[in-house]
Amino acid sequence: MINTIWIVLMGGGILVAAFQCLGLDYSAASGLVMDPSFVPLTDLTKALFTSAKAAVNLAIGLIGIMALWLGLMKIAEESGLVKIFARAVRPVMVRLFPDVPADHPAMGAMVMNIAANMLGLGNAATPLGLKAMQELQTLNKVKDTATNAMATFMALNTSSVTFIPATVIGIRAAANASNPAEIIGPVILATGVSTTVAIIMIKLLQKLPKYRMPVPEGEEV
Amino acid sequence: MFQGIINGVSAVAIPVLILAIVGHGWYKKVKVYEVFTDGAKEGFDVAVRIIPFLVAILVAIGAFRASGALDMITGLLAPLTSWIGMPGEIIPMALMRPLSGSGALGIVSELITTHGPDSLIARMASIMEGSTETTFYILAVYFGSVGVTKTRHALPAALTADLAGIIAAVVVTQMVFG
Repeated sequence: MINTIWIVLMGGGILVAAFQCLGLDYSAASGLVMDPSFVPLTDLTKALFTSAKAAVNLAIGLIGIMALWLGLMKIAEESGLVKIFARAVRPVMVRLFPDVPADHPAMGAMVMNIAANMLGLGNAATPLGLKAMQELQTLNKVKDTATNAMATFMALNTSSVTFIPATVIGIRAAANASNPAEIIGPVILATGVSTTVAIIMIKLLQKLPKYRMPVPEGEEV
Repeated sequence: MFQGIINGVSAVAIPVLILAIVGHGWYKKVKVYEVFTDGAKEGFDVAVRIIPFLVAILVAIGAFRASGALDMITGLLAPLTSWIGMPGEIIPMALMRPLSGSGALGIVSELITTHGPDSLIARMASIMEGSTETTFYILAVYFGSVGVTKTRHALPAALTADLAGIIAAVVVTQMVFG
């Protein structure tokens, strides 16, 4: 599916830009007029290069924060803090991730990532999420395919479990809103709906034959 | 008062978290410095490993946006969204949200400045921003970091959740502020 979406975005973008080069315009007075120019395509090319550069800048910018959080995570792991934390929310996690052993490091990392998301600590959440994915990958028998646990974790992440949308509140405060934080209640409500839908969808879809987990090589069914 | 508490929580959260982690490590006699640098080493690898996935997804989104294809879809969707009570001005934001975090945030700030922070449009956009996520970015980066290319049911489930979040944001905004 990601292949299809990539082709639609890339191919669709190029075709639309090419079409706009024709400069077609219709008005009742003068009918269909054509004003060809290459500007839309040169603009597109510029945007392609800018985006490619932005992607690398983003990744490089992430190195420092990644190193900081992965370093701290390692301390929390060695000292047993992650275990204490994970034990507190074990009942929920075990139900959401039945394939992950309750005391596996992946549980701790996922809990920390979800907590960071809830508090709206966007930058702190990503490294913890990547760490969780690596731990989940150690349990994965077919390395290029997402496990049920990975898909569930992604659904939780992309449905955004946010309690304090700090960035938006900041923008609203800067624009002199009468009550910048008034959106917190509605956000919790809407985020609750999307997270519930995400969990229901994940649990329903993973049963479909189309999305069945492949059997690892050299193993019998 | 409430806002003060929220700002306080945001300001205090990370320093307290770091102090707790380092303090607990020290209490448990962990060699905090050595262990920290050992863990931090992985940061570089992870960041470098996600570059191809980031480039692929951001370039495709950039092409789609710069070509005007996004604006065309906005025009097509307008009749449908007005039916659920979503003003046409919000559509670009809803379409951009799963694709680009900074793009969506840019549209939200633009809507807040244009229509005023206390307008229905600005409130709806703010609530939508808070209750949805940059799905494609998260999917590409998280799965990319471990080399998973077959994502199975993760994307359809995530996109359904996004749609639910967008509709929920519209309905809740209409209920509370409409």
